[in-house]
Amino acid sequence: MPRRRAVSALLLFLTGAALTLLIAGFLGATLIRFGPGYETDERVLDARYSDATSNAIARENSKDANVLVFYGRYLTQAMHGDFGISRSYDVPVSELIRSRAGVTLWLLGEGLALGWILGLALAGAAAYFGWPLLNHSAEAVSAAAMSLPAAVFALLIFLARGPVFLVLAMAVFPRVFRYARDLFEQKGTEPRIEAARARGVAEAVIFVGYVMKPAWPPLLALAGVSFSIAFGALIPVEVVCDLPGIGQLAWKAALGRDLPVLVTLTLLVTAITVVVSGLAEWLGDPQHVPQQVPQHVPQQVRMDLAQ
Amino acid sequence: MRETPILIRHVALALLGLIFLAALNADWLAPAPYEQQFRAETNSRPSAKFLLGTDHLGRDRLSRLLYGTRVSLLLAPAASALSLGIALLAGGSAALAGGWWDRVMTAASNLFLSLPWLFLFLTVRSVLPLNTAPVTSILITFSLMGLLGWGAGARVVRASVLQIRNSPFALYARGFGCSPGRLWFRHLLPHLRTVLLAQFWISVPAFILGEASLGLLGLGVAEPMPSWGNLLKELQSAPAWNEYWVFAPVALLSTVMILFQLSRPVSQKVSPV
Repeated sequence: MPRRRAVSALLLFLTGAALTLLIAGFLGATLIRFGPGYETDERVLDARYSDATSNAIARENSKDANVLVFYGRYLTQAMHGDFGISRSYDVPVSELIRSRAGVTLWLLGEGLALGWILGLALAGAAAYFGWPLLNHSAEAVSAAAMSLPAAVFALLIFLARGPVFLVLAMAVFPRVFRYARDLFEQKGTEPRIEAARARGVAEAVIFVGYVMKPAWPPLLALAGVSFSIAFGALIPVEVVCDLPGIGQLAWKAALGRDLPVLVTLTLLVTAITVVVSGLAEWLGDPQHVPQQVPQHVPQQVRMDLAQ
Repeated sequence: MRETPILIRHVALALLGLIFLAALNADWLAPAPYEQQFRAETNSRPSAKFLLGTDHLGRDRLSRLLYGTRVSLLLAPAASALSLGIALLAGGSAALAGGWWDRVMTAASNLFLSLPWLFLFLTVRSVLPLNTAPVTSILITFSLMGLLGWGAGARVVRASVLQIRNSPFALYARGFGCSPGRLWFRHLLPHLRTVLLAQFWISVPAFILGEASLGLLGLGVAEPMPSWGNLLKELQSAPAWNEYWVFAPVALLSTVMILFQLSRPVSQKVSPV
């Protein structure tokens, strides 16, 4: 029965994700299609092109005049792996994204990993030791990191010749640190912790098994949010530091009103964020993934935990 | 989120108030109009005449900082009020109506929350005219933020309304025949005040940072109107560290953000958003 419920929840999530994707892509296409200057192609103004060529360019552009037709055609082609041709670069969009994905994935991976490691380590240390100095210092660093836009931070790192992924890490770290610390402290005040202490369970075991372990489902939910935060910070970082990644491509496509690139990126970003957030929430839901009680915990405390 | 000690909160509020006052009185405090060029003194160092020096067009940096602060600090709360209004409408109606409308509103707020907001701003801002008049560009930038930034607020409002509408006093009111309109305005709305105030206080700094990011990417407030976004853009010309006066907008922005964090009025439950 629980398995059936999990499968139906998964199906519901996949349907919702697919609908969200379709709507996001359509909204993106509609916005861009009706944006001023969309129908203007600078090649038409180039005196070197003949009238016939200019007319052919205008005809080619007018194919996208009806947003529904464009979106329908786009989705049909996308099913076959063809995301159209970029208007600014004149190369297939899939090729553009593939050539830039490496830079972005590497940057995202490094930034997210460092942000999470820093955040969790400091939150754990602050909650476990309870040293006011450590807590206030980490709080001050996170407040400072939250008080600057990623673009300014990227500029400062760029001027100081520091590693760029630090910007993404600093965008993610404050949220992870504050949320994890509050969560650890909240879990640490539950009556079962006192019960475990009274039964002589070591402090380190209590912290890992009773405080950190039950905190992972809500922390997983934060994983989805942190991906979104990191991707948001990625755009200014890549633009400011001139890194040829997906963020810079999005910015250039936005400035150049490159419809195929923007719609593909909107779909891609929505797909990744919806899937990551959904997966994180699904994995973090105790209904789908049963929580394990530490095996080394005495029987009486295991009963307390079960309550 | 932890509560800030009351004394620190009051000091932070007082300092914020001072910065607001200085920004509001930019017309009197600024040594020169923000767009006036001193062409013989471009890129000058701080002096008695120009306390923060001049930019590459010979404009007084202090004046531009004061006017820019006014633009950012006055319009971010306006954008926040707009997004809060939409959040109240969307979240409140979803909680009260329930059914398919609740599902649609929840899905919409989830969509707005899950998409990276800067990507969203970038896409929507780019489809609007780039060659607008400075005042129009200010309105476009901040209205856009207000229109797109309601997701988190709607979720919080929905949860609060659901909680309040099932509380005993609301049930009594409904039991005694209170109309939906009266229930909303007389009983539910006053109880949402704390939540709305907290959301307002959270979204104002987010919108200030949003404008700064958009400005840095060239999609914010148009020149010659100063805002924190286009003042920070000057840093892209890679100044040396000893040109410390160029970093004045960064210092002020950072200070204001920290003051906002310290003066946040109400503590929140642990939330990942």
